[in-house]
Amino acid sequence: MLTRRDMMLSTLAGSTALAAGFGPALAQAIDTLQIFVPAAPGGGWDQTGRTIEAVLKANKQIGNAQVTNVPGAGGAVGLPQFVNQWKGRQNSVMVAGMVMVGALIANKSPVNLTQTVPLARLTGEFEVIVVPGSSPHKDMKSLVEQLKKDVGSVSWAGGSAGGTDHILVGMIAKANGLDPKKAAYVAFSGGGPAQAALLGNQVTCGVSGWGEFSEQVKAGKLRALAISSDKRVAGLDIPTLKEQGIDVELFNWRGLFAPPGIADAERAKLTKMIEDMAASQAWKDELTKRDWMGILQTGKAYEDYIKSENTRIEAILKDLGLA
Amino acid sequence: MDTLAQLANGFGVALTPMNLVWSFTGVALGTAIGVLPGLGPALTIALLLPITYKVDATGAFILFAGIYYGAMYGGSTTSILLNTPGESATIITSLEGNKMARRGRGGAALATAAIGSFVAGTIGTMGLTFLAPIVVDFALKFGPAEYFSLMILAFVTVSAVLGNSAIRGLTALFFGIWLGLIGVDLQTGQARFTFGVLELLDGVNVIVVAVGLFAVGETIHLAARHRYGQDEILPVKDSLWMTREDWGRSWKAWLRGSAVGFPIGALPAGGAEVPTFLSYYMEKKLSKKPEEFGHGAIEGVAGPEAANNASAAGVLVPMLTLGLPTSATAAIMLSAFQSYGINPGPQLLMTQSNLVWGLIASLYIGNVMLLILNLPLIGLWVKILAIPAPLLYGGILVFATIGTYGISQSPIDLVLLYVIGGIGFLMRKYDFPTAPVIIGLILGPLAEQEFRRAMTIAQGDLTVLVTRPLSLTLLILAALALVGPHAYRWWAKAR
Repeated sequence: MLTRRDMMLSTLAGSTALAAGFGPALAQAIDTLQIFVPAAPGGGWDQTGRTIEAVLKANKQIGNAQVTNVPGAGGAVGLPQFVNQWKGRQNSVMVAGMVMVGALIANKSPVNLTQTVPLARLTGEFEVIVVPGSSPHKDMKSLVEQLKKDVGSVSWAGGSAGGTDHILVGMIAKANGLDPKKAAYVAFSGGGPAQAALLGNQVTCGVSGWGEFSEQVKAGKLRALAISSDKRVAGLDIPTLKEQGIDVELFNWRGLFAPPGIADAERAKLTKMIEDMAASQAWKDELTKRDWMGILQTGKAYEDYIKSENTRIEAILKDLGLA
Repeated sequence: MDTLAQLANGFGVALTPMNLVWSFTGVALGTAIGVLPGLGPALTIALLLPITYKVDATGAFILFAGIYYGAMYGGSTTSILLNTPGESATIITSLEGNKMARRGRGGAALATAAIGSFVAGTIGTMGLTFLAPIVVDFALKFGPAEYFSLMILAFVTVSAVLGNSAIRGLTALFFGIWLGLIGVDLQTGQARFTFGVLELLDGVNVIVVAVGLFAVGETIHLAARHRYGQDEILPVKDSLWMTREDWGRSWKAWLRGSAVGFPIGALPAGGAEVPTFLSYYMEKKLSKKPEEFGHGAIEGVAGPEAANNASAAGVLVPMLTLGLPTSATAAIMLSAFQSYGINPGPQLLMTQSNLVWGLIASLYIGNVMLLILNLPLIGLWVKILAIPAPLLYGGILVFATIGTYGISQSPIDLVLLYVIGGIGFLMRKYDFPTAPVIIGLILGPLAEQEFRRAMTIAQGDLTVLVTRPLSLTLLILAALALVGPHAYRWWAKAR
């Protein structure tokens, strides 16, 4: 377990507090917030946790925060610890997301996210399908034509098997009446090697979060054929899968969870804290800066969402032959 | 000339007092974390990410780059003195380096590593400055088929460390490959050889294996033989510094190591370890005294050390020209760009020219600082070897244990460390070489994944390995390296 106090940030927060004299009228209900990150420092969940920490401190909603990283297997190592050892702990949240749902199912984990207390869905990222700039494919129609002609001739570059990228490929294949298992999915261990394979024309197309490819698309090195959102995203000239006749919608979400066994009042307090944070300007600035899409959902709705995601992803992983 | 003008501009940025302080802080911190096994540059930079809220982008990146380069220097120190590699790219350094240290040549080994790192770091940075666009075009030509062939070529290098018995060496190699297969398979998401242990899903860490086999295994081996008299460790024999002969044998190895390290480092899936294997093999084959290899040949330190530092510069090529993160450290640095609202991509050089050139200039400066910082420390470091053996080895165990725990704070890693240490002891006792385990562990999974990627793309057509010119060239090189020396000997005898 990696526990660390951000000396730097706490002095930063201290000095701004002094400079401002008194902050906005947000009550500082929590002295020290414990943030559990079931991934290594530097990754997506860690950055989400760190950003939450910075925003909550800047808003003076919390006094301090302590981040605990327990990396491993898409969160499958961290979650049992959060569910067992953090049970009933106050002022504690865990950052997790869709990737964990998949990792838990694929690894046949004995614990799952429904054993925690879902607090809020915070951010989401749409997936895009891209081809190298020199590819003959200009839209999904021609890509799907090739796919239907010979499913193995279309190679898809993306992240690890069973992850969000792979799931989207499976959904696209299924929506076109093809066996998801037959899709020629090429898993890469990171965004860099996958992008290099696309830029070097080694694969037919690539699937990943929009943020991963955005700069390459803007520079004209890659061409985006479709985005996995339900409707077009403002500012992006990329057609959705749906408008190209593929009834598929997917986004990679991240959210917060509390440990099991907490009181209802505690849950309400944490939910309020997150809702206040999500409404603040500091949070909105971070969303823009980091290209995250704010998709706040809390309470019962979020709890149901987690359950439905579990069912949905398990079904797709079964189609892919991974669960 | 345009490049020179921009570089000059970059020096203008990097030479401001504040940025010099960042650079110095970075290289000093980097050296320190490089020394510790477990705590690598990627984790250190990740933990320092919050400073991006406070420090300007140029300062932060100069700090990060300093840490990255510094770690490459620091990693060799413990490899040489304690047989405890701090970084996976310095594992090969310990093969000859530690033998040199035990013979009282630790000072020369550290010096050739430090100066070689400086030479290679500078050559690599020059390559980054002037050749980046060409190198990146070449690097993108590498697809899975080419990588697989490159791994085959790298596998040939295992012959340099097989020892006297090929069967024992190959057993060690396959043990390493098996260790590499542990964990979730990337292509299918299925767990292999994890025996239900969640912590093994992410695979076995190379550092844990290297430290277990080398440091722990050797400590147990020494303790077991204690009553039968002991090996003498000489702190310093003759001169502390490099002799004229050392210089003569080192400089070519530095240049060859740089030539191998930089382009392979620039390959998006090349890695820092592969060039060190290739360099070690080359030096052994080209050395006038190949019989010294395995007993402390200075070329075996100079070449791989240069290769690993040049590859560090190579890694920055795809990162700065295309915005591609090709190593864990580069990925963390790219996420730091995002904290500044900078989206790293193909236009980074144009949109953030001051930042990028300031960063490149700081690499030249950091290299000089590292040399100045490290050379005087050598006299101090070798004094460690004067510690009586029982205390020294006790200290190594403590150091290895703490370092391993630092990798992911997992008790499973500690159990693994000592299990592998026990295996390392048995391997030593029954005369199995340990280095092939590391080569198998690193190359095995790389080769496997690339092969399966190549087959998925080619729909199972094996001929892609020979119909693609680059791949074929690499395979021919591998064949030549394997049979060439034998054929030559046979031909020379026949005449």
